[in-house]
Amino acid sequence: MQPDQLIVRFQQKDERAFAELYALYKESILGVIYSVVHDQELSEEVLQDVFVKAWNNASSYSSEKGRFFTWLLNIARNAAIDKTRSKAFKNSKQNQNAAYYVDILEEKSNFSSKVDAIGIKKYIEILEPICKKVIQLLFFKGYTQKETAEALDIPLGTVKTRNRICIKKLREVLGET
Amino acid sequence: MIDIQAYIDSGVLELYIYGTLSEAENLEVSRLVALHPELKVEVERIETALQELSSAVAPDTSSNFEAIQKRIQMQEGDGVIPLSRKQTSPENKRVPIAAYLGWAAAVLLLVAVGYQYTENQKLEDRIVNTEREQILRDARVQMAEEELQITTQLLDVLRNKDIISVPLGAQAIAPEAYASVYWDKETGKAYVDVRGLPTPPEGKVYQLWSLTLDPLTPTNMGILDQYDPEGTQLFAVDNPNASQAFGITLEPAGGSDTPTLEQLYALGVVEP
Repeated sequence: MQPDQLIVRFQQKDERAFAELYALYKESILGVIYSVVHDQELSEEVLQDVFVKAWNNASSYSSEKGRFFTWLLNIARNAAIDKTRSKAFKNSKQNQNAAYYVDILEEKSNFSSKVDAIGIKKYIEILEPICKKVIQLLFFKGYTQKETAEALDIPLGTVKTRNRICIKKLREVLGET
Repeated sequence: MIDIQAYIDSGVLELYIYGTLSEAENLEVSRLVALHPELKVEVERIETALQELSSAVAPDTSSNFEAIQKRIQMQEGDGVIPLSRKQTSPENKRVPIAAYLGWAAAVLLLVAVGYQYTENQKLEDRIVNTEREQILRDARVQMAEEELQITTQLLDVLRNKDIISVPLGAQAIAPEAYASVYWDKETGKAYVDVRGLPTPPEGKVYQLWSLTLDPLTPTNMGILDQYDPEGTQLFAVDNPNASQAFGITLEPAGGSDTPTLEQLYALGVVEP
């Protein structure tokens, strides 16, 4: 359930509502950022930037145009990509290695300690490589269907349904059916 | 009426949550989700799964809201403070400092000019005072010279071998009074020293008489009305008479034709 009441209060500059929204969304948003930045410290910096931006642009969110999560997701992706273009990111040795180019869902060592508890790690491990790639590009990187089709060399018309199948499998594992 | 299940199965809702649909597609999905509760339920389930997935790949974090709160409160501060900050910003500070310096310089100049003015006034006053003192000193010198001249003349008179000194003795009316007449027969000049006489009362003057004794005939020699208690109290008078004696009487202002003998203050006989 989208916490509509919290969002309304957040848009009225209620810091307590904002704190609750932060608690609800910080991990998922951090995951998205980390999938792009691949550096914990820099990711946490971006996370702060994202929520500060959200606060400053609270009035720009409209439930009529989309989900609050989607709104945050767009801010997070843009902020993460901006960070990868920054000097701090380019100067970071950690990002000189191949890890940056490895998709987040294929990078087993990156899963947080909670993952095993909810069984998602096991699922991700058995997830078809194509699912990992599709979810990676569409969800984490915000690619369009066309961009995804080109990147994965699959027919444009199959991107949407393939993704749907992959997410359905994920939901089965998580019990969100 | 759309086929809800077919719409869900199309996979458009996932892309809607990803935020990767075109703006037109996005608005259409939003409209339909708002219209159909089944779509909304599906959207929330997909969203929850995605949140769990991305949370799963997120590193363990100690990030807390306080850091963000601090930042947004600093921003709020930035929104409020600028007015006062503007006033104290270096650029704006410079203007008042320059202005204050200007005013300070002007004030200093005024003070300096005022000081110079008062100093100048003091100097001018001192010059005026000095000039006045100079005039007074000159006057005093002149007076002293005149006095000296008079005294010298008197000394010359008194030392003249031809001068006749006639002491005038006290009479009953004023036992302590005395006077002297110095008479130069050759030049017909006489000098009367009245220092020994009491200061005459208001409306009265001393009058000097030349007397011949046989018979007693008084001749007016003049009133001593230029009486100056601080002066030499020495009067020069003409005396062409063949005086045998001199007398001084106190007379009403303006003098009398004949002496009032009841008011005879001093009398002296010329020694032969």
